Amino acid sequence: MDQSSKVLVLYAHPGQRYSKANEQLTRVANGIRDVTFVDLYAEYPRFKIDVATEQERLLTHDVIIFQFPLFWYSTPALLKEWQDLVLEYGFAYGEGGDRIAGKLFLPVVTAGGPEDFYQPGGRNNFRLRELLTPLEQTANLCGLRFIAPYTLFAALRAPGDSRLERHSAGYEKLLQALRDDRLDLEAAAELPVLTAETLPIREEAKA
Amino acid sequence: MTGLLFQAFVYLCAAVIAVPVAKRLGLGSVLGYLIAGIVIGPLLGLVGSETQGIQHIAEFGVVMMLFLVGLELEPRNLWNMRSKLLGLGGLQVGLTILLVMAGAMALGQPWTIALAIGLVFSLSSTAIVLQTLNEKGLMKSDGGQSSFSVLLFQDIAVIPMLALIPLLALPELAGHGDGHGGGGHGGGDHGAEMSLITGLVGWQVALVNIAAVAAVVGGGHYLSRPLFRFIAKAKLREIFTAAALLLVVAIAFLMTLVGLSPALGTFLAGVVLANSEFRHELESDIEPFKGLLLGLFFITVGAGIDFGLLFDNILAVLGLTIGLMLLKALVLLGLALVFKLRGADQWLFTLALAQAGEFGFVLLSFTVQNSVIPADIAALLLLVVALSMLLTPALFILFDKVVLPRLTRDQEREADEITEKGAAIIAGMGRFGQVINRVLKSNGYDTVVLDVSAEMVEGFRRFGIGAFYGDASRPDLLHSAGLAEASLLVVAIDDVERTTEIVKHARREQPDLHIIARARNRQHVYELYKAGANDIVRETFDSAVRASRYALESFGVHPHEVEKLVTVFVDHDRQAIRRLAALYDPDIPVFENEPYMKLAREIEKEIEDTLSNRSPDAHETVKRAWLPPGNTPD
Repeated sequence: MDQSSKVLVLYAHPGQRYSKANEQLTRVANGIRDVTFVDLYAEYPRFKIDVATEQERLLTHDVIIFQFPLFWYSTPALLKEWQDLVLEYGFAYGEGGDRIAGKLFLPVVTAGGPEDFYQPGGRNNFRLRELLTPLEQTANLCGLRFIAPYTLFAALRAPGDSRLERHSAGYEKLLQALRDDRLDLEAAAELPVLTAETLPIREEAKA
Repeated sequence: MTGLLFQAFVYLCAAVIAVPVAKRLGLGSVLGYLIAGIVIGPLLGLVGSETQGIQHIAEFGVVMMLFLVGLELEPRNLWNMRSKLLGLGGLQVGLTILLVMAGAMALGQPWTIALAIGLVFSLSSTAIVLQTLNEKGLMKSDGGQSSFSVLLFQDIAVIPMLALIPLLALPELAGHGDGHGGGGHGGGDHGAEMSLITGLVGWQVALVNIAAVAAVVGGGHYLSRPLFRFIAKAKLREIFTAAALLLVVAIAFLMTLVGLSPALGTFLAGVVLANSEFRHELESDIEPFKGLLLGLFFITVGAGIDFGLLFDNILAVLGLTIGLMLLKALVLLGLALVFKLRGADQWLFTLALAQAGEFGFVLLSFTVQNSVIPADIAALLLLVVALSMLLTPALFILFDKVVLPRLTRDQEREADEITEKGAAIIAGMGRFGQVINRVLKSNGYDTVVLDVSAEMVEGFRRFGIGAFYGDASRPDLLHSAGLAEASLLVVAIDDVERTTEIVKHARREQPDLHIIARARNRQHVYELYKAGANDIVRETFDSAVRASRYALESFGVHPHEVEKLVTVFVDHDRQAIRRLAALYDPDIPVFENEPYMKLAREIEKEIEDTLSNRSPDAHETVKRAWLPPGNTPD
């Protein structure tokens, strides 16, 4: 019997023509067994989200990933619309709303600013993890296990140096580890954000 | 031939001049016709005794009018009216007969003559009252409905009255009467010559009557629709009109053959056909005939007034007329109070029915023939009937100018109620109209649907859609479909010119109506815009836009990018139409309209440049979106 987990990547980027980083991450995610990659802006260019299809997708996967660029400290509009419509009362939360409880939830974020912008006194004044607390609490309410966001800071400059290569290689390992249950969730919980350098991945699946 | 043409010329000429003038002066069309009649008859002497003969033909207008009234009245509504019909109608006729009879006896008439006079005067003028109520849009009000109930009862009551009158015959007059048994209303005199019931005893007559009514109801219910469908398939307007006329004439003929009122028969046929999909078409076909014949009838009433006799007995006639109208009004007012009519409705009911009517003429000539009333008295009474009819429009004016202003507030509230009921009229149920109808219906909005294909209409009706057969470019059909009360008109027909015509007409009639029109092409958009449509939809534009989206996607452009590009194109195009509309001139073909062509070429280049990335600010709308910080569009 197939022991591996099914991974769902929900990708939301309205300005894909400008995004080198996400283009590369997308290529990576598309090539991995048992990873379903969904380009939400391609599927719903006029924002008419098919709630039933989306809920069915959630039910048939074990790990849910939001892959998106940080827009005004939040998700792009379509991904917000997706949350508003798909995470229904009675499905994802509230009475009888335990249909996706117990699954894992991971944001995969590209941020324009460098890491030192995201701290008290920095330009953005809050840590990235803090800025994403709405998403984290959404996951909590839905009974999803929140994993610290896998983050590429200064994403606009990343293609110029080797960071993008490392980040996308790390993304590949992360997706495979989630599929094979090799991510050390306890260790990951200690970290404010996950980066290519700090991924707590085991060699073998937990017994 | 020249005689006939001369007569037609005189009558039409009088009507064409007098009626618009009367309407302009706020007197209503009925008074206009009456005055026209007085002018060409007693005043100028252009027409003479032949008016009597014409009047018999013209009375057929009343028959047609009752057919139309029946069409507006579904069987269920008729049943709901039964208490008003019998109670209000019965009491009005009964009380008026008794009081008029008492008055006549007080003036020294023997009881037989007094009773006959009571019968004559108890009736009101269906022609004048219904015509005026319709003209003023008061038919649906409580007062209008009550008036209609009474008129309908009177139409039915004429039949037993005609049976009763011969029994009142005075032996001393009998020698003079010719005993000619003219009967009924309208074509009655002709029917009497041919009859199915001569020589039958009472119960057989009853049986024949029941069979005739059953034939009208059953035939109307089961035969008329397949028949009309068959005729409609021929797609010849005049044949459908002929069929509609044939229907009315045939029923009137059948009714007179069996001694029933033709007006009653056609009314019943109308009620039976009220649910039919051909209702609006029948209405618009019969309407002009009814209007002309009724007009002719009113003219003959005016022309028939014997002014010599009138001036010789001016005081007596005036006294009798005013006395009669007061008496009738009192009875009506009393009934209005008993039946709880309020405010304006009470006064409408009282004033509208206070005259004697065209049935009075019929009964009077019948009483003379049967030696019930002496001819000299009958001549005076005839003047009273005519004069009271002549005064009726004045009473309506009294209602409009004196009663209504005092009760304005009530009336305004009534008007609001009607607008709330406003539904959508969809003209044309092809591929375009059907979608709109389905969306409106599935969201609980009422629609009235018109289409020229009888087969389509039949199909829609099977689906429970209220579809009617008819050509929506005919103003009269739009009116019977409820243009006056509608809040939305969707013109979804194929034909370019007709669409524009409908929009123009509807906008003229209903300045507040919301009109959505289907346009063939850009030029048509400009025309519809000038015609006054609120929303104009190019019939293939949106589907072409969708197809072009698919085209771009097929080249691998990201769907969201495609959406943005196409949105830019649509915005550009719509702006272009607005700019070009200002230069469009319906009198100049576009290809000869230089400024228009120049702008059109400029705009075409703009769009092309924008979308093909050639111009300096190309793609700007698209590129600016979600541009990363610090970047400029490349």
